[in-house]
Amino acid sequence: MALLSKKDRGLIMDPLADNNPITIQVLGICSALAITAQLKASIVMAVSVLFVLSVGNVVISLMRNIIPSKIRIIVQLVVVAALVIIVDQVLKAFAYELSKTLSVFVGLIITNCIIMGRFEAFALGNGPYRSFLDGIGNAAGYGAILIIVGFSRELLGSGTLLGFKVLGDPIEKTGLYAIGYENNGFMLLSPMALIVVGIIIWVQRSRNKTLIEEN
Amino acid sequence: MANTDKNSYTIIFAIVMVLVVGALLAFTASSLKPTITENERFEKQQNILYAMGINENVEGSVNFIPTAEVEAEFSKYIKQQLVIQNGEVKQDSAAYLIDLKGELSKDMSERKLPLFVGEKEGKDYYIIPLYGKGLWDAIWGFVALDADYVVQGVFFDHKGETPGLGANIKERYFMDDFTGEEIMNGTQYEGITVAKGNNDPLNDRKDDGKVDAIAGATITGNGVTAMINSTVKLYIPYLKDIKL
Repeated sequence: MALLSKKDRGLIMDPLADNNPITIQVLGICSALAITAQLKASIVMAVSVLFVLSVGNVVISLMRNIIPSKIRIIVQLVVVAALVIIVDQVLKAFAYELSKTLSVFVGLIITNCIIMGRFEAFALGNGPYRSFLDGIGNAAGYGAILIIVGFSRELLGSGTLLGFKVLGDPIEKTGLYAIGYENNGFMLLSPMALIVVGIIIWVQRSRNKTLIEEN
Repeated sequence: MANTDKNSYTIIFAIVMVLVVGALLAFTASSLKPTITENERFEKQQNILYAMGINENVEGSVNFIPTAEVEAEFSKYIKQQLVIQNGEVKQDSAAYLIDLKGELSKDMSERKLPLFVGEKEGKDYYIIPLYGKGLWDAIWGFVALDADYVVQGVFFDHKGETPGLGANIKERYFMDDFTGEEIMNGTQYEGITVAKGNNDPLNDRKDDGKVDAIAGATITGNGVTAMINSTVKLYIPYLKDIKL
C-alpha cells in the first residue's frame, strides 16, 4: 500500500520539479538572493522555512472557515510572525548557539512571499492534512533551489563548502590554486544568485518544453 | 456558521486574535526570560575569556569553553572587574553585566565603563569591551591587550551582518589577524584599521596597525575600525594607572 495517495504525492512532488515556487512561480526570490552566499546559511533557511510553512499552513487551514476575508492577509501575517517569534524564543532558551545562527533569518521568514503565497492559495481552501503536505512540498522545492544556489556560490566564490576548504588554500596556493585557479569574488555578491537561478530556470525549461509560456 | 463578511464579526475577530496572540507571546517571552538571560550571561563570560585566549579552538573554527564550566573559569582567570566612572576606577564584581551600548549613549559624567583584568599562565591582560555599528545592525566584541598595549586576542560578534560577507568578522581568519597588532604608535594613540589593499594578506607586518579587510564587507570592516578606535581610546588614559 502506498503511503500517500497519488493526489497527495503530487502535493509534495510537484513543487520539487514542474511547479517549483522559485523557478516556476518566481516567489521567494528575495531571500534566495540574500542568504545563499554560503551553503550552511542556505540549509538553515531551508529547514526554517520547512517548519514555518508546514505548521503555518496547518494553522491557517484549521482557521480557514472563521477568518474574515477582509482581513485575511493580516491574519496570515500574524500567524507567521507569532510562529517565528515563538520558535526564536524557544531556541534562545534551549539551543542558544543555534538561535544565534538563525536570528538573521527571522525577519526574512516573516516576509517570505512563498509562505504568504501558500497560505493564500492553498491553506485557505484545503484541509489541514493536505495543507501540511503542500507546505512540506513547497518548502522542499524552495529549499532545493536554495541549496543548489548556495552550493555553487560558496564553491565558486570562496572555494569552500560548509566552511571546509575543498579546493585547497587560496593564500598558500595549494590544491587547485597551485595551477592558477582563482576564486570568483563576484559569486559572493547578490546579482550572481539571480544569474544562477536564471541558469536553473533555463535548464529546467529546456528539459521540459511544456513549461515555456506561449505569447 | 456566522456571516464572516460582517464588519462587526471582522472587528471582533481582530480583537480576539490580537488578545490571544498577544497573551501567547507574552507568556512565552516571560516564562523563558530567566533561561535566556542566563544564556546571555554565560555567553558574555565565554566571549571575555575567548578574547584572552581561553577557548577550545581547533583549527579554523571558533569554540568557546563549555557553558557548564564557564562560571568557574571566569572567576579563576578574571582577577579584577573594574568600572571607570568620572575619572575614578572602582572594583565592581558585576562589571561584566554592564550594557556598554547604554553606557556609551550616556553623558560623560554618568558613564560607567567596564574593564577586566585577567591573568593566564603568569601573564596579565586588560580586556576592553567594544560596541559599534556594522552595515545592518550592532557589532560588538572584546579586545585583550598586554601591558605594552599589544593586542593579545579579540572577539567580535554581530547582530545581523550579511552571511558570507560582513558576518565573517566572527570567523577565525579575521579575528586572529588582530593578534600582535599595536594599539599605540610610540606614545600616540593609533588604533587598528581594517584596511583594503594594504598588500599584506597574511598580515606579516604587525607594526603597521592594519589588518586585511574582508572582500565585499567594506562597511562592516569600517565599522570594526571605528568601534575599536572610538571605544579603546576611552580607556587608554586609565590603563597605565591600573596595576596588572
